[in-house]
Amino acid sequence: MQAWCFICFNGSVMPDTPHIHRSAAAASNPLAQEPLPKIGLSPEDLAQMYRTMVLSRTLDERIYQLNRGGKAAIFGSAQGHEAAQIGCIRGTDPSRDHYLIYYRQLTAMLALGTTPLELLLGFLAREGEPLSMARQFPLHGAHPRVDLFSFSNVVATQVPQAVGVALADRMRQEDRVTIVFFGDGAASQGDTHEGMNFAAIHKLPVVFFCENNRFAISVPLRKQMAVENISSRAAGYGFPGVTVDGTDMIAVYEAVSAAVARARAGQGPTLIEAMVYRLLPHTTDDDHTRYLTKEEIDLMHREGDPIPKAAKLLRDRGLLSAAEEQTVKAEAQRTVNEATEKAEAAPYPPVEEMYRHVYSNSSGPSGKGSQ
Amino acid sequence: MAELTIRQAIQRGLEEALQNDPNVFIMGEDIGKYGGAYAVTSGFLEKYGPKRIKDTPISEATFIGAGVGAAAAGLRPVIEIMSISFSLVAFDQIVNMAANLRYMSGGQIKVPMVIRAPTGAGAQLAATHSQSFETWLAEVPGIKCVAPSTPADALGLLRSALSDGNTVIFAEPAQMYGVKGDVPDGRFTVPIGKASVQRSGGDVTLVSYGHGMRVLHSAAEDLAKRGIEAEVVDLRSLSPLDMDTIVASVHKTNRALTLDMARRTGGIMAEVAARLQEAASDWLDGPVARVGAEDVPWPYNRELEQEALPRVEDVLASLKKSYGI
Repeated sequence: MQAWCFICFNGSVMPDTPHIHRSAAAASNPLAQEPLPKIGLSPEDLAQMYRTMVLSRTLDERIYQLNRGGKAAIFGSAQGHEAAQIGCIRGTDPSRDHYLIYYRQLTAMLALGTTPLELLLGFLAREGEPLSMARQFPLHGAHPRVDLFSFSNVVATQVPQAVGVALADRMRQEDRVTIVFFGDGAASQGDTHEGMNFAAIHKLPVVFFCENNRFAISVPLRKQMAVENISSRAAGYGFPGVTVDGTDMIAVYEAVSAAVARARAGQGPTLIEAMVYRLLPHTTDDDHTRYLTKEEIDLMHREGDPIPKAAKLLRDRGLLSAAEEQTVKAEAQRTVNEATEKAEAAPYPPVEEMYRHVYSNSSGPSGKGSQ
Repeated sequence: MAELTIRQAIQRGLEEALQNDPNVFIMGEDIGKYGGAYAVTSGFLEKYGPKRIKDTPISEATFIGAGVGAAAAGLRPVIEIMSISFSLVAFDQIVNMAANLRYMSGGQIKVPMVIRAPTGAGAQLAATHSQSFETWLAEVPGIKCVAPSTPADALGLLRSALSDGNTVIFAEPAQMYGVKGDVPDGRFTVPIGKASVQRSGGDVTLVSYGHGMRVLHSAAEDLAKRGIEAEVVDLRSLSPLDMDTIVASVHKTNRALTLDMARRTGGIMAEVAARLQEAASDWLDGPVARVGAEDVPWPYNRELEQEALPRVEDVLASLKKSYGI
């Protein structure tokens, strides 16, 4: 078997050959040193992004505990993806844009305004869960306040749907951008190729946001594709593709902001590939020690955890003291504890709920939110 | 009252929708200048423009997936699939998504979309181009499925489909676009979920849909020559299924035959027969007679294909076996 560098996940790079790691190369992002006004983010923006990342991590850990306690059926952890997701959402406009997410998006959902309580009600399948009324795989639901689409377990179905949402906006001349999230695994699905081609033909306002964590469950990139970067495929459809360090929230924010601006200007789609590490197994049902060594897992946590990186970024700019860092963690813990208590106290839905919402009884064209 | 073909009736329904509902647009392969594989959208591009008559790349999963997205976002897409055989590459978007989104989102998302597709064998198009997957799709909760066999039903059902809040599969019998019939004037509709008694009779109930109706009407003529009056029922809607009309007919005739021009095993008519056993076994003078296509892939050779398709003599033989008539 061909040797390959784990950090670069690249079969063409031998681990014992001197080279600049792909993640390290991306990490030397010159933007990180730029003054804030030039980046377009205020100190409060950065602090807010950091707080959401910490909240996501805290909630993520809690859901894992609930799963291990037999209370939450299944969970695909977002640990390692937090900076990519927060940077991406910050580069969009949640007051008007559309979001078609996938299953590893706890941070994105929190950033969009879904609350820890709502998400925990989903994991525990309790009555009053607003995303699906306890019908849907956790995190896959739609949301009445947030423009979120319900997601399928069949990987990549959201890509053509996102294209359709953008097509509807184009036809109604609405100034909205559709952001569709997917992983490197979904990049191999036909739906992804077809959807990108269709969006390119019509120059639709779509941002294809790929969180490349280098594994489709257990299958590494080198067994998923023969090219080094997914972003290079954009050229084949006729729009730009960029690869960014997904552990750097500012780099992601910049790339997404540019793509959104491009979409709003009528210049069509962009493919963004955010390189991240999946710090935990694929889901709570997976055990990644079956396909990763302990050294590799340790290395990944050392190189690829975006939260210490974000904390350092804030500290370097004088925006986060050691005391404040502790306060942020304590606040997140308190929020998650309160939400857990409330969610566990909520009742299960009545059996009759099973029969509701199979069909719509109303006629007339409609969209999300109507009956 | 005007005499129209099924093709013209569908055209009328689509044009009304394009004229009256700004949310309606049509998307599919070769529906523009080409006018559609069965010439249903002929002239539409010139009349309604490329914004509403959209030619697509050969990407069924994507133009149906995009239809799901556009419908959820508030439009009413009409998707044309060149053949229902080709729907398989988009089954995920139809079955997992269009049908489930409303339920999975606790009622938040609606997918009001019409998927039109020619269906059925009989034109020497072989195994991958002659399927009848409406019979599979009829099993899926969350979507509806209709198949007209007359011009009036085609228009009436299309009007209903175009004002329904759900995705409706509109299966068009591919060999029947040229069938003529009277179509009432005015904005009548045919409700989805209601079967139609096309011929009245008190001796035996014959049930089918789509292409099967031609076979049943011929069989009814033959039976009439022998003094047996058949009641001929067209399902029109495969989902929801109207068992009330069929059971009421069996109460009168005490005999029933189901005919499926799709493969006999596992088709919608197998469900009709099973439900008849449940709901009307006390009323039946014998087991429900069942006729369906042979359980083989569709052969290209004309003689073999015709052999695989149910014929009038199969219907008569099956009645003889079940009821001795």
